[in-house]
Amino acid sequence: MSGLGAEEWQVVWLSLKIAGVATLFSLPLAILTAFALARGRFRGKALLNAIVHLPLVLPPVVTGYALLLLFAPNAPLGAFLQDQFGLTLAFRWTGAALAAGIMAFPLMVRAIRLSLEAIDPGLEVAAETLGAGRGAVFATITLPLMLPGILAGLVLAFAKALGEFGATITFVSNIPGETRTLPIAIYSYLQVPGQEAAALELAYVAVAISLAAILLSEWISARVARRLGGQDAER
Amino acid sequence: MLNVDIRHDFPAIRLNIRFEAPEGITVLLGRSGSGKTSVINAVAGILRPREGKISLGERVLQDSARGAWLPPRERNLGYVFQESRLFPHLSVRDNLLYGARRRGLGIPAEFQELLQLLDIAQLVDRRPAGLSGGERQRVAIGRAMLAQPRMLLMDEPMAALDEARKAELLPYIERLSKGRNVPVLYVTHNIAEAARLADTIVVIDGGQVAASGPAGDILADPEVAPVLGVRAAGAIVQGRVVQVHGDGLTEVAVDGGRLYLPGCDAAPGESIRLRVEAQDVMIALERPVGVSALNILPVTVSAVKSGQGPGSLIQLANGGMRLLARVTKRSEAALGLRVGLPCYAVLKSVSVAREGLHRVGGDRPG
Repeated sequence: MSGLGAEEWQVVWLSLKIAGVATLFSLPLAILTAFALARGRFRGKALLNAIVHLPLVLPPVVTGYALLLLFAPNAPLGAFLQDQFGLTLAFRWTGAALAAGIMAFPLMVRAIRLSLEAIDPGLEVAAETLGAGRGAVFATITLPLMLPGILAGLVLAFAKALGEFGATITFVSNIPGETRTLPIAIYSYLQVPGQEAAALELAYVAVAISLAAILLSEWISARVARRLGGQDAER
Repeated sequence: MLNVDIRHDFPAIRLNIRFEAPEGITVLLGRSGSGKTSVINAVAGILRPREGKISLGERVLQDSARGAWLPPRERNLGYVFQESRLFPHLSVRDNLLYGARRRGLGIPAEFQELLQLLDIAQLVDRRPAGLSGGERQRVAIGRAMLAQPRMLLMDEPMAALDEARKAELLPYIERLSKGRNVPVLYVTHNIAEAARLADTIVVIDGGQVAASGPAGDILADPEVAPVLGVRAAGAIVQGRVVQVHGDGLTEVAVDGGRLYLPGCDAAPGESIRLRVEAQDVMIALERPVGVSALNILPVTVSAVKSGQGPGSLIQLANGGMRLLARVTKRSEAALGLRVGLPCYAVLKSVSVAREGLHRVGGDRPG
């Protein structure tokens, strides 16, 4: 392996940026959605659940096409964002981040929701009887106990965002330096004779990043399990 | 003084509860499903009853007539739950100080003293998951106490513990209430636990108060016993240790005579509480001779309650002492038991319910 060229580094950096932005921006919304689904009692909860999970089952190309219909510069939502905020999504890296975020969203919500449902509400009641208000209960009890789910959700969503292909290429196309992410670049190299070496190099990078993500999440969850599961603090 | 007067409707039961809890330990006693946990939850503010008034001293916790209701965090009551509910992600120390920190109190001055009292000083750096059931409950009690509560609420705090752990935890609860002057509201279905701890007993049955009053009166009341189950019925008797004999028996003075019991650690002069189960009391019309039972007291029949089945409950009194005896209806008729009849109570077994807590003429033990 001859090492990555400038073009390949650009692809890797862009992919990390898009996946990172997609993951971080989804997080607050995912926590809110998980709360609504786990604790909320309202009409249309089943519908919200279905909508959140839709990207998981819909063909990614359809999701990308829907985004295009909504956020193209001449579409109503796209025009509004352009006029009000100067934000263009179609054929930009920001659009790639939106597509990746939407595709990863159900995974993140699911992980956070499971951790939230595993929390004994009795602990929150106990905190209240000890003088904690709602905000303090959330900050000192609920959030720390959700942390394993949040971390798992972040890692899963990041990996999913990094590998997103169908919705991204449909919504923001394949523009080098702007929307050509790792999987799109590998696909592109494979289309051109003689570029197999570059495709293979990027494939190695993809494997390395994914492996690192899994190892990191395992390490974190082992640490959390040690904290909650009976081992005493190191002292 | 805690005053409770509440009404609330559940699908299965209608709650209509009114009682007063003076200083000391008040036990809400009732079978499971009687509504007693709902009552303690209403006092804590976890349950908001449809209507009624709850006040602790001058402080109104709820008054539905005025639309007043304090949320749990503002009631300042320590709640010890059946399942301890320690925070798994915090160390024992952080669990203990949780309430004090929320109330901005810093580390309370009596932190070390309470650690000693509950015997948990060696646990502070550990995590809850590594503790035994008894240790968890002691930490939970400490956590509630360190928030400087005006009252301690305990919902079957020993239900999840085996007999050995229960016996281990009971003295801590007694010491807390007596030594620190915090009133306690204690929920249980266990009569022996109530006999040991209670100063006041409130019997709850089907969402209503079936009886309430001083523990001695309630436990010796033949009308109340069927509500709680006659098998576990039994009176408590106050006594004072006179002398410890060389053969290991402790002589205790009670109204009406002397009792001799084995396996008692109390020292002469100490006041102790004895529990005599109704099934361990026999009735004789004349002082029996040639029986192995050591403890025979002259008494008078003070109440008779014939049950639905073949049994009767007889209350026997001598001065301030009252006993409950469980006999068959056939024996009741054969002996002609009626109120005012003098007879003898033969006690087959007497157990110590509580000792060493009110030393007569002395300070409380440290």
